[in-house]
Amino acid sequence: MKKFRVVHYINQFFAQIGGEEMAHVPPEKREGLVGPGLALKQQFGDEAEIVATVVCGDSYFGENTKQALEEVMAMIKEEKPDIFIAGPAFNAGRYGFAAATVTKAVKEELGIPAVTGMYEENPGVDVALKDVYIVATGNSAAGMRTAAPLMAKLALKLAKGEAIGASIEEGFLPNGIRKNFFDKERGSARAVSMLEKKLADKPFTTEYPMPNFDRVKPNPAVADITKTKVALVTSGGIVPKGNPDHIESSSASKFGEYDITGVDDLTAETFETAHGGYDPVYANDDADRVLPVDILREYEKAGKIGKLHHLYYSTVGNGTAVASAKKFAEEIAKRLLAEKVGAVILTST
Amino acid sequence: MRLELGNIDIREIRFAEKSEIKDGVLYVNQEEIVAKVLEDDLIREAHLDITVPGESVRITPVKDVIQPRVKVEGPGGMFPGVIAKVDTVGSGKTNVLRGMAVVTAGRIVGFQEGIIDMSGPGADYTPFSQLNNLVLVMEPKEGIKQHDYERAARLAGLKTAAFIGELAKNITPDETKVYETLTVKEGFEKYPDLPRIGYVLMLQTQGLLHDTYVYGVDAKQTLTTLISPTEIMDGAIISGNCVSACDKNTTYHHQNNPVIEDLFEAHGKTLNFVGVIITNENVYLADKMRSSDWSAKLAEYLSLDGVIVSQEGFGNPDTDLIMNCTKIEKKGIKTVIITDEYAGQDGKSQSLADADPLADAVVTGGNANEVIVLPPMEKIIGTLDFVNKIAGGHDGSLREDGSIEAEIQVITGSTNEMGFNKLSAR
Repeated sequence: MKKFRVVHYINQFFAQIGGEEMAHVPPEKREGLVGPGLALKQQFGDEAEIVATVVCGDSYFGENTKQALEEVMAMIKEEKPDIFIAGPAFNAGRYGFAAATVTKAVKEELGIPAVTGMYEENPGVDVALKDVYIVATGNSAAGMRTAAPLMAKLALKLAKGEAIGASIEEGFLPNGIRKNFFDKERGSARAVSMLEKKLADKPFTTEYPMPNFDRVKPNPAVADITKTKVALVTSGGIVPKGNPDHIESSSASKFGEYDITGVDDLTAETFETAHGGYDPVYANDDADRVLPVDILREYEKAGKIGKLHHLYYSTVGNGTAVASAKKFAEEIAKRLLAEKVGAVILTST
Repeated sequence: MRLELGNIDIREIRFAEKSEIKDGVLYVNQEEIVAKVLEDDLIREAHLDITVPGESVRITPVKDVIQPRVKVEGPGGMFPGVIAKVDTVGSGKTNVLRGMAVVTAGRIVGFQEGIIDMSGPGADYTPFSQLNNLVLVMEPKEGIKQHDYERAARLAGLKTAAFIGELAKNITPDETKVYETLTVKEGFEKYPDLPRIGYVLMLQTQGLLHDTYVYGVDAKQTLTTLISPTEIMDGAIISGNCVSACDKNTTYHHQNNPVIEDLFEAHGKTLNFVGVIITNENVYLADKMRSSDWSAKLAEYLSLDGVIVSQEGFGNPDTDLIMNCTKIEKKGIKTVIITDEYAGQDGKSQSLADADPLADAVVTGGNANEVIVLPPMEKIIGTLDFVNKIAGGHDGSLREDGSIEAEIQVITGSTNEMGFNKLSAR
């Protein structure tokens, strides 16, 4: 079997050129492995080989980032690698910045598996956490023995196209992408032991750090609703009978746009719900209960609203990812604006 | 309150002329049970099937899973207020048929029922693949409303489980375990130095087929209250739920609540398990505020130091979960919450519909949106007609060869929020 070709990036310190006083050195390429490459080699065995090591001074990279990156990328490209690894940089900030920047560029430009490693508080983490796998390391080079095998293993898995497990299994820093895995103990036992630690003021790790939520400020009130075109948008799943767009009962992947021109009342014969999160009997019986077309038609005739928009939008808000909902909303809003809709009644269930 | 649970291991289920339990084998007279089920004229047709762990069998759409148990000594009977008369259960002796369950299946609501695979990758996600199951497949009378059929199917399952439980009344258990909850005063005296721990058990009560019953009472019409953990072991809480299969607490989950088991395990050693607070998950804001106020008030009243909160369902109940957590934390009582996630199929969305920095200790049952491919099975119990429609499925979930591509949301019990499983996420 062909060995994977690996290019490794390290800084001047790990190449034994020197410390801070030599951080200004420009990039150079050496054949084969240098320094920490040895720890990677042990893990690679017969499957991969470090064909070249690119070395660059941390200050040089930090102070001439654009140029340094170009030079480094040219050196990497020449080797036609299958795998790229940078670091580990531990808690060295400028090294971390360089390692993360190069790793991200390699992944994006060359499209090959690219992995780096550093301590969770290294500022380099913010550069590429969402873009590449960053293996979690200790905060000093003493962590090399555990970090190098994890990085090599992860890179090999990526190169072979194998499934990547959860961060806790593979050893990379949590990147916000949630991934399931089977833990050693059942959840209730994990909860009891987490509570015991919390009570004893011992460190514990939550399995889900709380996210920061978007808060939407309500718009000011509509100036004159009797002159405004009003549209209906619902996450209650009201669709024409038969659910023509096959909107899912949960975790919806789409929304539907439906014409209600000439419709004064939603009936059991014409409309129904696709929503899987509630008893559909009453919604199917009279879909106006979720999407109040009947009342709005009355209001329209009585001049209480300017006009009911002839299209309504519907999706299912049951187990539907926030990212999907956001995507639907952006598109729906665009269409509503194009039709000069001035107010929207959003109904949920 | 002290309860002795006698576990009788059921190695096998067989159809026979006479319903009985002999040497770890449950013999079932199918006609006898079907006749009982058909006493309810809302059910048109019913039959039984048997599944064994490891078989190439798929059960769907699954409604509820129930473990047969029977009161041997002490007041009350199984499923008090529903099958047996109302009387306080949770003391004396109860026999448990371990290693088996009654599974109710068939066309019920169409949306929220689940899948149990007895082998293959799907089997790893549901605890019920590990049991010998007696599956009760029902067909409703034409034209009846979903909620009426739900009730009929729920009662049929409980009736069947109670009937089978009765067969174990005079059997000597393979293993006996004792669970005891002390009074508040006794607890203080016996374990003066151990942290006082409570369990806030959230019950799904959104209504419209999302209901849970306590001693036969619809829990959405109740205030947050106290219950002894052994009462729950005796069937005081039953599921009437048609929420997504992955995180509904089936009756089996209530009977075998893992938080209760694990707190009893640590009781008297590292903590003092004081008791259980049951609270509902209603849809109106006023109800949510009132119920969570009461959770916090009762936790304080019991002088608790720490609390585990478990959830049922997702989305709307996330707000109840966060209210319970934050209000209890603000009383100076430490919390750990158990939930599950809807982070999208790509795992990139925020996982909960509500959040608060005080919820700093979270156990997760996994991301319910993660996609799985379930290979075809040789035998289907129930029907595949609803696979594309059930929560977690999509148009095209069911492929021509009988395999299913869907979110793990479709698998009964896969992301259970009582912490029944080992599944987690990062």
